[in-house]
Amino acid sequence: MRVTLLSTLVALLFSAASSAGSKIIATGGATSIEGSAGGGIVPWAVVNGYASSGEWATNVFASQVGVDDFTLNAYGASLSYDNNWEWSVARQTFKLDTLGGELRQDIFGVKYHIAGELLYTALPQISIGAQYKIHRDFALPHAVGARSDSGLDLYLAASKVFFDQIAGRNLLLNATLRATKANQTGLLGFGSADNNNYQLMFEGSAAVLLNYNVALGAEFKQKPNKLGFAAEQHWRDIFIAWFINKQLSLTAGYVDLGKVAGFNSQQGYYMSLEGTW
Amino acid sequence: MKWIFIFVLLISGCSQQSAPSLYQQLGAEAGIEAIVDGLLYEIEHDKRIVHHFADTDIARFRRLLAEQLCQLSGGPCVYTGGTMQESHTGFNISLADYDALVEGLISVMQRQNISIAAQNQLLALLAPMYKDVSYR
Repeated sequence: MRVTLLSTLVALLFSAASSAGSKIIATGGATSIEGSAGGGIVPWAVVNGYASSGEWATNVFASQVGVDDFTLNAYGASLSYDNNWEWSVARQTFKLDTLGGELRQDIFGVKYHIAGELLYTALPQISIGAQYKIHRDFALPHAVGARSDSGLDLYLAASKVFFDQIAGRNLLLNATLRATKANQTGLLGFGSADNNNYQLMFEGSAAVLLNYNVALGAEFKQKPNKLGFAAEQHWRDIFIAWFINKQLSLTAGYVDLGKVAGFNSQQGYYMSLEGTW
Repeated sequence: MKWIFIFVLLISGCSQQSAPSLYQQLGAEAGIEAIVDGLLYEIEHDKRIVHHFADTDIARFRRLLAEQLCQLSGGPCVYTGGTMQESHTGFNISLADYDALVEGLISVMQRQNISIAAQNQLLALLAPMYKDVSYR
């Protein structure tokens, strides 16, 4: 599976015949570990790939986050249409490097762009989205107090590129509000015995576009903290994304996930490879 | 956050020379004519949008676009054409068409080695025209 994905990406890199969509390079963003277009950990209002009005795009990605005691692998695909619709699937495998074992979660996402244009309107691009998450190895999350093996996250995101902001470079700002019941974004299940309420969380990203192909940014993701047995903290990262061409992009970053499943101060790297056509 | 701050300081530090006007940065009259000619070349070779120009008086379009870019960038010209709304009515320019034209403009500016800062200043002036140009 992974070999197939990689060889597909390599083939794309060298294929001159690929018909990319009309959107300007980098404006499809990267793909978050949840499969939605965005930064690394925050879904943005942008739609994956380069499908402008009336066009279709497909997108595949593979990401890895490696912190002190855990490794998260994520891969998936998305389809987008008309710069308005995005449908995505992603599989996350959370390896418990120190504890042993792994937890898997699948995420089915849909995003709809409701107003504004990232580059062209004073109004930011605004999108709404949903992510249905279903855990595939629920025994351990259940044992530490999670109530449910599935959950539905709903979000509202606003993204805008401001031209000529910092030393003549363009600045992308994104703000996302997410309603969620997830523990560690669902990797530790959803809700707890005494708290099954939705909580409204803020997620934000800022990125400077050094040129058309390279963006340098930072993200913050507020998270609920429902599991007394496995307290969690907000996530943050800094990243550099290289949009080599409209077919291939690479992102690398440094992440701080705070406390995860009883282990303090989980920090490490983030890497992502993405192909779109 | 700290890293961003340091980074901003770094790139700001590299661009503290007194800035010439955008018109000068685009290469003044000759530079703008080269941008317009380059853009005409891009349009002619772009199957996505060339059909919109089938009935266009190219000589007139060339003159008016140069006037408009000159005036917008602070040069000594007066744009003598119609409003963006008037001149695009009936063309039903889509988002994809607009993206294609912007992509063409970016290619031209890159080929002419216009600085990223000047490119972004020009894009900042042109991007908001989307609402007057599109879907009319």
